[in-house]
Amino acid sequence: MEVGKIVRISGPLVVAEGLINAQMYEVVRVGEARLLGEIIEIKRGLASIQVYEETTGLGLEEPVFATGSPLSVELGPGLISSIYDGIQRPLDILRDREGDFVTRGVEVPALSRTRRWNFKPLVKKGDEVEAGDILGEVEETPLVKHYIMVPPEIKKGKVKKIFEGEHKVDDVVAVIEVDKKEVSITMVSKWPVRRPRPFKKKVAPVEPLITGQRVIDTFFPVAKGGTACIPGPFGSGKTVTQHQLAKWANSRIVIFIGCGERGNEMTDVLLEFPTLVDPYSGRPLMERTVLIANTSNMPVAAREASIYTGITIAEYFRDMGYDVTLQADSTSRWAEALREISGRLEEMPGEEGYPAYLSSRLAAFYERAGKVYCLGRDNREGSITAIGSVSPPGGDLSEPVVQATLRVVKVFWALEDRLAYERHFPAINWLLSYSLYSPKIDEYLNRTLAADFSEKRKEAMRLLQREAELKEIVRLIGMDALSFHERLILEVARSLREDFLQQHAFHPVDTFASLEKQYLMLSNIILYYRLAKEALERGVSLEEIFAPKIKEKLGRMKYVSTEEMDELKEVENFLNQYFEKLKGTVKSV
Amino acid sequence: MFKEYVSVRDIVGPLIFIEGVRGATYGELVEVSFPDGRQSLGSVLEINRDFALLQVFKGTQGINKTQTRVRFLGKSLELPVSPDVLGRVFDGLGRPIDNGPDIIPDKWLDINGLPINPYARDYPTDFIQTGISAIDGMNPLVRGQKLPIFSGAGLPHSQLAAQIARQATVRGRGESFAVVFAAMGITFEEASFFIEDFSQTGALERAVLFVNLADDPPIERVATPRVALTAAEYLAFELGLHVLVILTDMTYYCEALREISAARREVPGRRGYPGYLYTDLATIYERAGRIKGRHGSITQIPILTMPEDDKTHPIPDLTGYITEGQIILSRDLHRAGIYPPIDVMPSLSRLKEKGIGEGKTREDHSGLSNQLFAAYARGREARELLLILGEAALTKVDKLYVEFANQFEQKFVAQGERENRTIEETLDLGWELLRILPREELKRVSPQQIQFYLDGKGKK
Ligand SMILES: Nc1ncnc2c1ncn2[C@@H]1O[C@H](COP(=O)(O)OP(=O)(O)OP(=O)(O)O)[C@@H](O)[C@H]1O
Ligand SMILES: [Mg+2]
Repeated sequence: MEVGKIVRISGPLVVAEGLINAQMYEVVRVGEARLLGEIIEIKRGLASIQVYEETTGLGLEEPVFATGSPLSVELGPGLISSIYDGIQRPLDILRDREGDFVTRGVEVPALSRTRRWNFKPLVKKGDEVEAGDILGEVEETPLVKHYIMVPPEIKKGKVKKIFEGEHKVDDVVAVIEVDKKEVSITMVSKWPVRRPRPFKKKVAPVEPLITGQRVIDTFFPVAKGGTACIPGPFGSGKTVTQHQLAKWANSRIVIFIGCGERGNEMTDVLLEFPTLVDPYSGRPLMERTVLIANTSNMPVAAREASIYTGITIAEYFRDMGYDVTLQADSTSRWAEALREISGRLEEMPGEEGYPAYLSSRLAAFYERAGKVYCLGRDNREGSITAIGSVSPPGGDLSEPVVQATLRVVKVFWALEDRLAYERHFPAINWLLSYSLYSPKIDEYLNRTLAADFSEKRKEAMRLLQREAELKEIVRLIGMDALSFHERLILEVARSLREDFLQQHAFHPVDTFASLEKQYLMLSNIILYYRLAKEALERGVSLEEIFAPKIKEKLGRMKYVSTEEMDELKEVENFLNQYFEKLKGTVKSV
Repeated sequence: MFKEYVSVRDIVGPLIFIEGVRGATYGELVEVSFPDGRQSLGSVLEINRDFALLQVFKGTQGINKTQTRVRFLGKSLELPVSPDVLGRVFDGLGRPIDNGPDIIPDKWLDINGLPINPYARDYPTDFIQTGISAIDGMNPLVRGQKLPIFSGAGLPHSQLAAQIARQATVRGRGESFAVVFAAMGITFEEASFFIEDFSQTGALERAVLFVNLADDPPIERVATPRVALTAAEYLAFELGLHVLVILTDMTYYCEALREISAARREVPGRRGYPGYLYTDLATIYERAGRIKGRHGSITQIPILTMPEDDKTHPIPDLTGYITEGQIILSRDLHRAGIYPPIDVMPSLSRLKEKGIGEGKTREDHSGLSNQLFAAYARGREARELLLILGEAALTKVDKLYVEFANQFEQKFVAQGERENRTIEETLDLGWELLRILPREELKRVSPQQIQFYLDGKGKK
């Protein structure tokens, strides 16, 4: 392989000469320390390289070694429960070998070469197979069957040999005859991170991803295979919301990318996920999770790569027919990494110094989400739901990363610092947020959950909108300007906010609400509104309508656990009886 | 032994370009000799075949093209450390300025440190009692946390930081904190305030001070927090001490960085600060924490003054994006004579939930503080209405909320500079204030807690 020479070093950017056959996005080893880098520009005989490790100590004239291959990830059993850095180095192994601090120039395979997996064939000798067909399975964790597939580059072939039993990832588990040649298949494969993995066909997502978060599932749902973003100023709840989704969403695989954020947040996941159980399967959440941690103090170029490492792993599990969620916290840090490298390349800066290709790169990333028919003849479906945090400077939503993101994603969860200050969590503004999946998901939930689900949701939203208008009037003229009915609206809206929208992520019960619970809670608040309105019209006093007992009953609904759901039905009975009794006492006016 | 160059090509702000350099490395330390015999350290910011670009810590005043000599020292800036650093005062680059002897080093450590492997981190969960209700009750500090104070010119952030340093303890452990103090660009007076306070309480023996004052070379400030954190890491992770690091004032640090960036003609980000300010600050703030299997910890309290009290200014903004919350001081509360003037609402401790509760503070802590937040928020809203529309515009309940908000500020937030409240005192005070409100308003605490803490009945 070719060896070049360093002629310039500027932070994470190194320029080398003498790499005549260099290709764009080829991986190189930089300097005597053999730091990992990737060629990102070739101009006038010079190759510009973004280096994924700290470049301090590197000198001119040091060698740069070509490798001939693009930046790739390793795919195979052993991915699940792992924690990788942005370029897929296993951080646990790295710690065992190098100590508590991340050192440089270390090469560690992403998947263990010594661990054995029990491979169970699902085809037999003589079977015809094509790209994407499942050859066999490995129980990677009790939650995940890892399917070994015919690689995409094999269009058609015939199984010549297949080996059941305990194997290491790089042992041959099958031999396929392709055009008279024999191709050996192992359980590990490589895929270039910047190239999307192929599938048969994309389809429109219609089924909701159930997250257990009321404001999301009921008001602004995301579809399985959809895209969503969470922009918000610091401390408004992006990470907590992302963690909530990683914990409670009903997807089969979770890829969580900590992209340029805090080390402790990754530790939090690492310590907590093994102890939390998936509400659908009862197994520890870590058994379906892959973590990618390129924290803010780790080299900036690897932050750029981490997003691609993550989505490629997500695509691989999608190809097996799983619903995968890919969460990136925060895509702004990825964009900033892009900006930093672009600045060092002295490219023409666009808005706020971001390169002109920011929005096309963002769009291309989110485009890798979606619901698809996978390769393979069994017509299995898989999906990737992509959810990205955005961290706008000063919380200003007009900045380039938010704007470029909003142009491509279909769900917008607008976090607001004002709500966070009031400890209204999740601090998702219900008037600004939207989901373009709502019409389809309404249909789906009206069919599967309750026929009047969307009607009630819309009524609740109308009340919340009215509240905003009425509050404006109160601010200008005072409470006295409002009719009794308007005061009732304020009270019901308050209940919607406090008793429904607010959801405490750290409360053992409140942290997750099943769809059924969400529906019952919403129904009770709407029922209260309808009954109270009727009563008002009959002349019942506000005092009786605002009885502390009602407030208390509605306020305690969120703490009702899934096992005691009858209590929510009792709240309904209570409301009906309470207002029934009032009928006797008041003459109509 | 080290090559010396006299080939200064250009001088731009605090930077010099040197030609014909062979064998220099990125980030390398240099020693610049000025025509008048003075010397300054500096470091390599970029190298290519035409030139090496250096930042000069003392600035470039007095440098010329013919008589300036530069030596490349073959290593990056390193700090000599030993247990003897405790009790000593150093300049912003780690050289003694207290007339004491030189440190006989155990080790030389690169001031840039290395990133902690996220897998090696241990989550901060030990509640630190600062004795300050607005912090302990509402936004508690946890051992290993990075929790900055966002302040403004003329607000008592130094008093608050000193009070925290004085009073901080982890209950039941009886271990006190060693303090690493880094001053960047603050005045002599502010620095002496801390030094006097430390010496009065005997804390000086367990403190290490790094001082770069307003009239010290500004570019040196770029190294100061890293020097201080290197000492902190040594004390925490090698000697096993619990270390509290106070960095003040990060605003001047960022300004030094901006000066360098401007001289390099980099594309500026917001308000002229470089686009990599976030990453740069992260390499400082992320050096807080705990490591599995090691005894010590680093808790960071950076202080920054917000230009024009503006929280969206890049310095507080990017800090807030990295740290684990923030304590915000309010000019309004300060004017109203409230010390410490902590505005609890926009303040935040992200590690709160993991650091409090049964066995750590008290079982009611989480619910109670949520309730206090909710009530205070509503009280403030009602108080604004009251100011605009007068008393008649408020409902009976809203008036109670206004009363609550006032008392909360005067009794709960306000306390003496020497007043050290236990967490129980803080929480009990919170319950006392909740008596102002009707019971059915208290949705964030459980009926059992209300019974127990307000009526003195039942079990928690
Ligand atoms: N659903 C929730 N329930 C309870 N508390 C919450 C919730 N969401 C957010 N919080 C509180 O808000 C704090 C900040 O949230 P989070 O860390 O998610 O902010 P962020 O938007 O990710 O900030 P940054 O951009 O700085 O990373 C949390 O530490 C927690 O105290
Ligand atoms: Mg976050």
